[in-house]
Amino acid sequence: MALLFLLLRPVLLLSLFHFGPISQSQAASGSPAGEDFSEELLLRPLPDRKLLAHFHFQSRAPHTSSDGRHHHLFPKAISQLVQKFHVKEMELSFTQGRWNYDQWGGFDPISSSNAKPPGVELWAVFDVPHEQVDDSWKNLTHALSGLFCASINFLESSTTYSAPDWGYRPDSGSLRYGSLPREAVCTENLTPWLKLLPCRDKAGLSTLMHRPSIYKGYYHSQRLRLTSSEFEPEGVGSGIVLEQTLTVVVQPSSQRTVRSYSHETKLQPSWSLTSIFGRKVSSRCVLAKSSIVYLQLDGSLVAELDSLQKENKISSADNYVSEGVRSNACFEVSVKPDRVLKELKGVEKKSPSVLYEFSIDKYNESGPFDLGLTWKVPVAWSCQKAPLHVSRFLMGSGNERGAIAISLRSTELTDELLHTKTSEGTCKLEVKIFQVVPWYIKVYFHTLQVFVNEEPQAVSDVVEKMRVSPSVDKLSPGVMEMLLKFPCGMKSAAITLEFDKGFLHIDEYPPDANQGFDIPSAIISFPNFHTSMQFLKDDSSDKSAILSKFEENSAVLAYTEVLLVPLTTPDFSMPYNVITITCTVCALYFGSLLNVLRRRVGEEERLENKEKQPGWLRQLLFRLYAKITGRPLEAVGSTSTSSSSSSSKLGFIILVAGIAVFWQVYYG
Amino acid sequence: MEEQSTKRTKQKQGRFWTWVTASVLFRLILIYFPQNLNLSSRPEVSTPLTSLRRLAEGYWLKQSSMSPYAGSMYHGSPLLLSLLGPLTVKRIDEQPSHLLCSLVFVAADILNSLLIRATGQTLQIAYRQSLRSLDLDMISEMEILSPGDIAALIYLWNPFTIAACVGLSTSPIENLAIMLALYGACKRLVPLAAFGWVMATHLSLYPIILIIPIILLLGNGPDTPRKLFLLRRHGKVEENSSSDSCQQEKVIDQSKLLDVFSWRPVMLFLVWTVMWSVYVLLLCGVSVKQYGGLWEMFTSMYGFILTVQDLSPNIGVLWYFFAEVFDFFRNFFLIVFHMNILFMIFPLAIRLHHRPCFLAFVYITISSMLKSYPSVGDSALYFGLLGWFVYELSEMKFSFFLFCVYIGVSLLSPVMHNLWIWRGTGNANFYFATAMAYACLQIVLVVESVSAMLNHDRKLRKLSSAKLQDGKS
Repeated sequence: MALLFLLLRPVLLLSLFHFGPISQSQAASGSPAGEDFSEELLLRPLPDRKLLAHFHFQSRAPHTSSDGRHHHLFPKAISQLVQKFHVKEMELSFTQGRWNYDQWGGFDPISSSNAKPPGVELWAVFDVPHEQVDDSWKNLTHALSGLFCASINFLESSTTYSAPDWGYRPDSGSLRYGSLPREAVCTENLTPWLKLLPCRDKAGLSTLMHRPSIYKGYYHSQRLRLTSSEFEPEGVGSGIVLEQTLTVVVQPSSQRTVRSYSHETKLQPSWSLTSIFGRKVSSRCVLAKSSIVYLQLDGSLVAELDSLQKENKISSADNYVSEGVRSNACFEVSVKPDRVLKELKGVEKKSPSVLYEFSIDKYNESGPFDLGLTWKVPVAWSCQKAPLHVSRFLMGSGNERGAIAISLRSTELTDELLHTKTSEGTCKLEVKIFQVVPWYIKVYFHTLQVFVNEEPQAVSDVVEKMRVSPSVDKLSPGVMEMLLKFPCGMKSAAITLEFDKGFLHIDEYPPDANQGFDIPSAIISFPNFHTSMQFLKDDSSDKSAILSKFEENSAVLAYTEVLLVPLTTPDFSMPYNVITITCTVCALYFGSLLNVLRRRVGEEERLENKEKQPGWLRQLLFRLYAKITGRPLEAVGSTSTSSSSSSSKLGFIILVAGIAVFWQVYYG
Repeated sequence: MEEQSTKRTKQKQGRFWTWVTASVLFRLILIYFPQNLNLSSRPEVSTPLTSLRRLAEGYWLKQSSMSPYAGSMYHGSPLLLSLLGPLTVKRIDEQPSHLLCSLVFVAADILNSLLIRATGQTLQIAYRQSLRSLDLDMISEMEILSPGDIAALIYLWNPFTIAACVGLSTSPIENLAIMLALYGACKRLVPLAAFGWVMATHLSLYPIILIIPIILLLGNGPDTPRKLFLLRRHGKVEENSSSDSCQQEKVIDQSKLLDVFSWRPVMLFLVWTVMWSVYVLLLCGVSVKQYGGLWEMFTSMYGFILTVQDLSPNIGVLWYFFAEVFDFFRNFFLIVFHMNILFMIFPLAIRLHHRPCFLAFVYITISSMLKSYPSVGDSALYFGLLGWFVYELSEMKFSFFLFCVYIGVSLLSPVMHNLWIWRGTGNANFYFATAMAYACLQIVLVVESVSAMLNHDRKLRKLSSAKLQDGKS
């Protein structure tokens, strides 16, 4: 076996070399017309002894008009999707777990663009006329549902998606947004997602995606984002850009026994790629333009390390920022970084964060890449938080009505903001809220109440702009978009809305009706605050995808919790009983009332009289007979009743027979 | 003797007004403690059609330049919105916000009771007159109160009425429209009757069937046992064939007068109806013009009533039925349930055409039993009207049983609702069972009252024929 492997190895290598130059040449040509693919991984220790791993794969295809419809690297399914449904922009995320905005950061590019609500979230912007947007959306949901083995097709129903105007993204009109909070995310969703990568999980960074270790984590969110300029004139955009990210938060198990320190803080767990994912990166994906691993140290962590170093009077010779150093007083990195990047100072930032860059081009199966970080000193730091801590909860009890409350608490950032901006006089903190509520939660928008610092405020003082589209039963969800302006000195604020719980038809309940129904997350964004991290000065085109993503100016954004609303259930087992009993009562009403109405005094006498007289039908027949024969009526009436009845019977039989014969002749 | 009787009537009057004042005070006291009662959110009181909270939501939507029918919150009339809407927002300082609306509802209730009383008195006079003309003075002067007073007091002191009034539902106003129509028809105030009927139909659709009793009232007058008169005329004719011709002519004149269905007020009523409906539609059209127009109003008001879209629990039976019934049967049963109201209109009108007010009572009871979103406000009205016929219906069967079961159901239903909705220990079936019992109760009430009324007529006929026999012999 080993022999065989040895024999085969040169062949493999040869093929690798053979393949290599092609991809290199493609990348090197550098023209935007070519397709390219890049894979990156960002690792970041988190303050609560966890580790964030963020995989980022980006594929790009040029305009079909210039390059034809055939693709070398770009997944054909996606490009067909774009072609067919005229998708301008799209984002689909599968998430399990909830992003912890306090501990894992709420003010950095990763949290604002990769922290997603639990379940499935999908939004898309279409490049079609307004009246066709809904149709395109429905088709897209079905296509994606097939592509990702998920029940995204539930978003087809108009009760589940909404068309936000300005509350979510500025593109109004052709934007549709929907989310399925209940959707369970598992490997069957990851596998089709991996299929879109040119190397799948056979080579490159994606080999790290060992399923058990990913799904063991506290949070994982797999995301697919599509931007296309396919329908704009050529040369304006860069074709279709497909961005696939997987964000995982895992708890590294400490390898060494933790030494007890006099400090209260414990030593951060040391980790390596093998200890987290159980695998090493043995080779890069040969089709990738670049495959890079970054290790990011938070700004506050860097500041903390600085102060520790100053405390310990350690010479600045082994400063962790200087290039090529893999070990310092505080921690040790198992692999020597290729490059150390320092964040260019932002305006509001206290200290810059640091990126260690590791290129995995030079690693192969004999010497696989296994990054590890070993802490020497206990460090405690905290991530930069969003301006306001957001949470949403339900109030009230019982299954008849309740209230939704969104509470906003200021974090230390707002205090800083207050200190910097009080000089300007009127300082306002803008908050945008976008909330979609299913129709069976019947929100009374007139009961909107705003509390600032726990005191009720007039709604018009705080709400700057508001757009509401109330829910229509079984047709559309309720959408609320609000722009609030709070004074900067605010400590806390709360918004409450009352609602009634609806009652559904038994067919509309899901199989586990008593579990309750989910209200999707509300989206709270802060338009005044933007996250952007710049690590490189030059605007070179071959900048890595993650870094260019970091540079994008995106508003700080946070998702609230998903709410679970229990609804009353009817008895599912006995529809027949209900139908029969109700119908019985109806019949009782009808019958007894009619009986009362037609009962008369002396009924028996009249009945007796009636029996003597021939029935009205018979009388009618007599008259008819009299007319036909021309004889006077009295004469017919005076004839014996038995003969008349027999003759009428005979006539009836003759009539029926005549009709039958006619039928036979005419149609037979 | 006469002095004594006037004194007695004055005493009666005084007693009546004390009770009315007491009821107003009771209501005001209840209004002052709204949070303790929380009646406005009870399913028995506020249905999707009558809830003031929904009206406030509709008003809010309208104020923020959206259609009040956007979303499926508000299903009432746009006129009610512009009347009551501002009152839901305006508040007198230091007072609860619903105070003004509650005062409006109290005023509507008082007006209702006065209309019931006035109509009842007219009815009584007509009844006495017809009895007197038949020489049947069976009703003694020893009545404690006149039926009108009894009906008004029943209406005012009925716990259902008080709950509907204090519980902020718009049903007192709907009842007011119905009462205006009946009062106008009884007093032969044609424009008022037309206005009342048009408004009642506009507000809650079901009073549309009241057009038959109103036309009969306008055509025949409030109480015309015509058959008895006919009987009497024949008897008298036979009897008087031998006596002088002058008396005979007089009798014939009288019977002719009674026999004629006066078409003039009916035609006038129809003309006024058309005018009022055009006027109401115009007003509605103006107030919903910038939103969805009249069509949206019709679909969200009457479409909502007819298709039973809201399945939240109420005291009727339809909500649970339509929550459970299979979807492909839904339309069929919608037709069946609405036909149940319509099917009985003509048989009842044929048998009870000489008692239009009783006919109106029966119609109101039937529609409040079978309507898609019934509330206790509807039952309050028919209980009040029942008071008009206390003497005619004195021999009604099961009246004690009915009274007891009414009390039982109205105590059990909130308990079952609480167990099901709030505690989660009960089951929907228990609450539905009380709704079923309530429906059966109403059925028994309708059937027994109709039967008692027919028996009463029978008795009158027997008495009058016996008198004729006596006269002859």
